[in-house]
Amino acid sequence: MNESVPVVEMTDIAIGFPGVKALDGVNFRLFQGEVHALMGENGAGKSTLIKALTGVYTIDSGTMTVLGERKQFPTPAASQAAGISTVYQEVNLCPNLTVEENVLLGREPRRRGSIDWKGVRSRTREVLAELHLDHVDPGSLLSSHSIAVQQLIAIARSVEINAKVLILDEPTSSLDADEVNQLFRVIRDLRERGVAILFVSHFLEQVYEISDRMTVLRNGKLVGEYMTRDLSRMNLISKMIGKELEALAELDHAPARTRARTGSGVTPFLEASGIGRKGSVSDVNLSIYPGEVVGLAGLLGAGRTEIARLIFGADKADEGSIKIKGVGQKVRSPRAAIDKRIGFCSEDRKEEGLIGDLSVRDNLVLAMQASKGWARRVPRRIQDELVAEYIATLDIRPANPDALIRNLSGGNQQKVLLARWLVTSPELLILDEPTRGIDIGAKTQIQKLVNSLATEGMSILFISSELEEVLRLSDRVAVIKDRKMVAEIKNDDVSVEDVMTVIAGGTQ
Amino acid sequence: MKSLLKNRLAWPVIALAALLLLNQIFRPDFLALRMQDGHLYGSLIDIMRNGAPTILIALGMTLVIAARGIDLSVGAIVAIAGAGSCAYIAASPEPASPVTAAMAVLIAVLAGLLLGVWNGFLVSTIGVQPIIATLVLMTAGRGIAQLITDGQIISVSNDHYKAIGAGYLFTLPVSILITAAVFTLATVLTRRTALGTLIEAVGINPVASRLAGLRSRNIIWIVYIFSAFCAAIAGLMISSNVTAADANNAGLYIEMDAILAVVIGGTSLAGGRYTLVGTVVGAFIIQTLTTTVYTLGIPPEVTLVFKALVVLTVCLLQAPKARNLLRSLKAAPKPAAKEAAKEKVAI
Repeated sequence: MNESVPVVEMTDIAIGFPGVKALDGVNFRLFQGEVHALMGENGAGKSTLIKALTGVYTIDSGTMTVLGERKQFPTPAASQAAGISTVYQEVNLCPNLTVEENVLLGREPRRRGSIDWKGVRSRTREVLAELHLDHVDPGSLLSSHSIAVQQLIAIARSVEINAKVLILDEPTSSLDADEVNQLFRVIRDLRERGVAILFVSHFLEQVYEISDRMTVLRNGKLVGEYMTRDLSRMNLISKMIGKELEALAELDHAPARTRARTGSGVTPFLEASGIGRKGSVSDVNLSIYPGEVVGLAGLLGAGRTEIARLIFGADKADEGSIKIKGVGQKVRSPRAAIDKRIGFCSEDRKEEGLIGDLSVRDNLVLAMQASKGWARRVPRRIQDELVAEYIATLDIRPANPDALIRNLSGGNQQKVLLARWLVTSPELLILDEPTRGIDIGAKTQIQKLVNSLATEGMSILFISSELEEVLRLSDRVAVIKDRKMVAEIKNDDVSVEDVMTVIAGGTQ
Repeated sequence: MKSLLKNRLAWPVIALAALLLLNQIFRPDFLALRMQDGHLYGSLIDIMRNGAPTILIALGMTLVIAARGIDLSVGAIVAIAGAGSCAYIAASPEPASPVTAAMAVLIAVLAGLLLGVWNGFLVSTIGVQPIIATLVLMTAGRGIAQLITDGQIISVSNDHYKAIGAGYLFTLPVSILITAAVFTLATVLTRRTALGTLIEAVGINPVASRLAGLRSRNIIWIVYIFSAFCAAIAGLMISSNVTAADANNAGLYIEMDAILAVVIGGTSLAGGRYTLVGTVVGAFIIQTLTTTVYTLGIPPEVTLVFKALVVLTVCLLQAPKARNLLRSLKAAPKPAAKEAAKEKVAI
């Protein structure tokens, strides 16, 4: 590792927004050929630091140097010109363009003034091959690929420009294990070539697997810079949340499953038999009892979200039937599902959850308001009570009902969306990846909440890519593979390996 | 939040004030109001009265735009409403009676509502893009209006009908009072109920709104019906003011003025957050401009260019990018000093 001159050095950086100091006196160094993890809870200032480095935000004070040269990045373009490339958590490409158009957008090889499409194709193939993505057709539409592949294509784009610095903001949050390995292989390749990589992830294991050095932030302040091999996981967590290790140990074990499983004599709240949809999932049989948490386990893209959407009426099922409390029902739209007391927290917060330009208050009461209809506004007094109650119980920060929700951190946005459903007092709550991309504190809070809601008698369908989490919370686990439900496991001392075995061997 | 809203309205209000001031400088009696025969007179009253149809239509347009739509058919609806009411009055056995006038108003409003239902149906149920859906009625509507008037300009003489556009009540022109009433209606309809928030939700993120259980179809229907309703009232006002229905020219290009008023007022064409007050200010700016052209004695051939310049200025002042540019221009002499300071630190 080259210790002499950092590729990027940020010194004493401060950025403030009205009422908040997002960053205060933060130092950050990034060396050639290293993977540097930026660690911290949501709201610690990781995104802000990245945005300062990429020219999205301008810094109030402090200095930035790139390869020893003083730089200022008034615009993202200036940062890119300095060789800094970013792949964001949500893929920022054009879904309706082809893969090759996306990879080379704005830098297409030209011949006599017009785009050299043959050159585009061959250049794209080269870059994709470097990333072991040979199976991807450069001429196919970006949107025809899974989120994971789209993410790798976004990385391909930065490989193509020979970026000196590659920033990966939560790159693995929607990848399954294989895809993560593929990504890490790519990251190691790039590191070998001397690229400086800034890696942000909430998955501690991944951070330990891939990173050489880490910088920890807390509440906009620098906690310290450490070599990954010198810092234990527990130490890291305690530095991130600023609590002592003992308090952490308790937090870690708190959301263990404590409920007794509901007897089979009770009618299930939901009984889906043979539901499916052409081109999506088929023949799904699932029943959920009151007070029960049913987990959906399976690889990303196996059809977990599709099942949730069928039950919620977001997509129309074209086969099978659904019984709610023992009575056959047709659920044709989300609205119909909500009327049957079903709630659905989508995995895609930005696109399918948030109304970004509305306040926390408006977002929180939206589902309740929608089911009352436009003419009967939820009275301001009741809104205030509900909002105050949920801001307090879910610890939503900032505790300001009139803040625009797009200005909140991911974890807090997720809490508001959870609260949106909780105020409608649903009997079945479908949670699709409720803890993805949020910090460890918020994650534990949400897990605890799931536990206590089920204890109060709510049925919960819990979907998560983290098998540990599914197993920790669920009474039963339905295993989904290749768009079919392949097994249903009663969760008594089931281990992650057991479920993996089922997923691996389900159809053999 | 409040300061943000203030901020959003700040530039339109400043632009309006500047225009009024300009007029006042060139014509010192510009802002003066006087009483004559129990009626209030003055340039301000004229601006409000002449701007009334644009304001009405812009109010409806604001809600349509907030819900990610656009309504190009309002001008055609103006023509149909005017044609319908005037044709009815002209054909009725008692063309001067108040009952006839009332029926004519009813017919125009019903026609407007019906056309709004049609627009809403195309957009919300069939899923036609708003600009195309309302383009249908924009072109077909003038044809319908001509069919109603038989290609003629229908003149009517009914004093009750004439009062809508040219009458006075409580010292003020009736058209101003009607506009104020519709503004109040729109405000109450959207802010006393949840309609305003739900329109914004659909405009900002239709997918998330659907998953939250919103029936966006109904919301979209409501905004198009309201827009057409406003256009019908404006149609009545315009035809009543000239006591005639002109299928070809009534409300011609008024959709452009309305859209402009919405944008100048600070509502984004991308949908979402809207401001009705801003729209009214925007419409006033457009109307005051027309007056200013006369006050300043600007030759007719440069009138449109002058208007375009003012509108461009207001739009630029609202754009965050242009504002940042302006700010950095203001701070332009400073960087040298800053560099010097940095040098010192470096040493």
